[in-house]
Amino acid sequence: MTASGTSPATSRPPSGRGVLRAIDHYALPVFTTLAIGYLLVPIFVMVVFSFNQPVGKFNYSWNHFSLEGWLHPFDWPGLPDSVRISLTIAFVSTIFATLLGTLIGLALTRYQFRGRGFLNGFIFLPMATPEIVLGSSLLTLFVATALPPLAGGVPTLYPTGFVTILIAHVMFNISYVVVTVKARLAGFDRRLEEAAMDLGANEWTTFWRVTFPLILPGIMAAALLAFSLSIDDFIITNFVSGTTNTFPIWVYGVQKNALPVQINVIGSIIFFVAVGFVAVSTIVSARRSR
Amino acid sequence: MTSLASTASGPGLRRRIGRATPYVLLAPGLLYLVVFYVVPSIQMFTYSISSGTLETGFTMTLSLDAYATGLDRFGKQFLNSIVYGGAATIATLLIGFPVAYAIAFRGGRYKNLVLFLVIAPFFTSFLIRTISWKILLGDQGPLLAPLKDLHILPTGFSLLGTGFAQASGITYNFLPFMILPLYVALEKIDPRLLEAAQDLYADRTQVFRRVTLPLALPGVFAGSLLTFIPAMGDYVNAELLGNPSTRMIGNVIQNRLLIQNDYPVGAALSFILMAGILVAVAIYARVLGTEQLTG
Repeated sequence: MTASGTSPATSRPPSGRGVLRAIDHYALPVFTTLAIGYLLVPIFVMVVFSFNQPVGKFNYSWNHFSLEGWLHPFDWPGLPDSVRISLTIAFVSTIFATLLGTLIGLALTRYQFRGRGFLNGFIFLPMATPEIVLGSSLLTLFVATALPPLAGGVPTLYPTGFVTILIAHVMFNISYVVVTVKARLAGFDRRLEEAAMDLGANEWTTFWRVTFPLILPGIMAAALLAFSLSIDDFIITNFVSGTTNTFPIWVYGVQKNALPVQINVIGSIIFFVAVGFVAVSTIVSARRSR
Repeated sequence: MTSLASTASGPGLRRRIGRATPYVLLAPGLLYLVVFYVVPSIQMFTYSISSGTLETGFTMTLSLDAYATGLDRFGKQFLNSIVYGGAATIATLLIGFPVAYAIAFRGGRYKNLVLFLVIAPFFTSFLIRTISWKILLGDQGPLLAPLKDLHILPTGFSLLGTGFAQASGITYNFLPFMILPLYVALEKIDPRLLEAAQDLYADRTQVFRRVTLPLALPGVFAGSLLTFIPAMGDYVNAELLGNPSTRMIGNVIQNRLLIQNDYPVGAALSFILMAGILVAVAIYARVLGTEQLTG
């Protein structure tokens, strides 16, 4: 922040025509404020409407203030199960994806080997593929495991459900973990490891006492990203969930017939927990760097 | 492990272990991606040139019927994907560039706060955000109801279920994906380059057009891809905010695969979407000439 923080006085050129300068001075901040407002309005609506007492089954228009939703946040058939399943899948898939992705990230940044350039590109493919293509191709594989010629020879993954959702979430998260861990390792000072070795530590000790603690923040960041991607995913999950409902799948199903205020309540809870996480980690890292 | 290598067999084995290490680290993750990313892609292609039903199983007939049927029956939805995905990409660029510019060059000490506000939508679920738009744009929602009460708009006026609502929903959902890479590109620009241009008597328009904009092109490229690719395949906005005639190819793919169990056509459409996006990306890269820029 400080490196780029050229003071407005130096970056604002003294010359120029009046109109352009006016745009620079007034229009740009106003436009930016409006655009940020555009990004925040739906969040504001979500929170406000979590305090609504809707008329009828759809929470679409404001009636009057009520704490009903917040006092009974899980009071809708299927909702508690879906939240539990979402959390379980996010948790388990994060562990697997972080483990597999970190190992790939270590290999790609710390070793020279044949095919490294190719793999660096390959890792981007799952992220560049539209989610709908990822979801539909996984579904074709799962269906194929139940049909000849594969049926009987491999474990059957159709009808789809909990396990197939888990498989899908690990798959789409690996690349994100690799990229995040790689970014962290790119600025790594190898001399720290050499110093440890010079002081008599072997590779194993060096890794656990020097390397791992240094890359741990990167791994944690990757895990948090994976967790949030998993808990929010709808498009891929919809293809591979069968009759199992994660929270987004449940919302999608229920909103056709009703829009309970609980959707807004759970959405608001997720929002405030995530914001709290970011706030705490920002404060902690600011303290540490001081 | 290391003690064994160094004591028992000397540096020879140790070097061999060293050489194998990257492959050992890579193996589990790569194997996973091969089984659940590469194999499904092949499987999907196989089904797109097969015929049969879910009950009887599919046999590969090498026929391109599914592709012909898909393009013939769902050309309109493909067109909708291109139109709405393209419109949303252009809209996010027009909104996102000034915002990214303001954060990068005028952010000052509020830079991190504004960046945080830009990504704040990611802290809520994509579906819930879209449902919030549905509430906002509703016939009696917070936006239209007051305007109708004041008789500025006729009572029958509605935004929900129009192409406009759909496009604005897609624009909304992908705007942060445009702003962030633009910001990263603009932030990297050395202010001394801009000063140098001014010293050489470039006016503000010229500085922007000949220095800032070319240096921001990698950001434009990355942001457009991050917006256009998911926007093309999106079906949630079309379903929640649009109407049957604005449905996109994503809606058709999910309908074919999940409701009709029509795997050959669903797989073929998915494949056409993927191929179309790759071609679009290649053309776009050629036009912008970002290959040299991004390295």
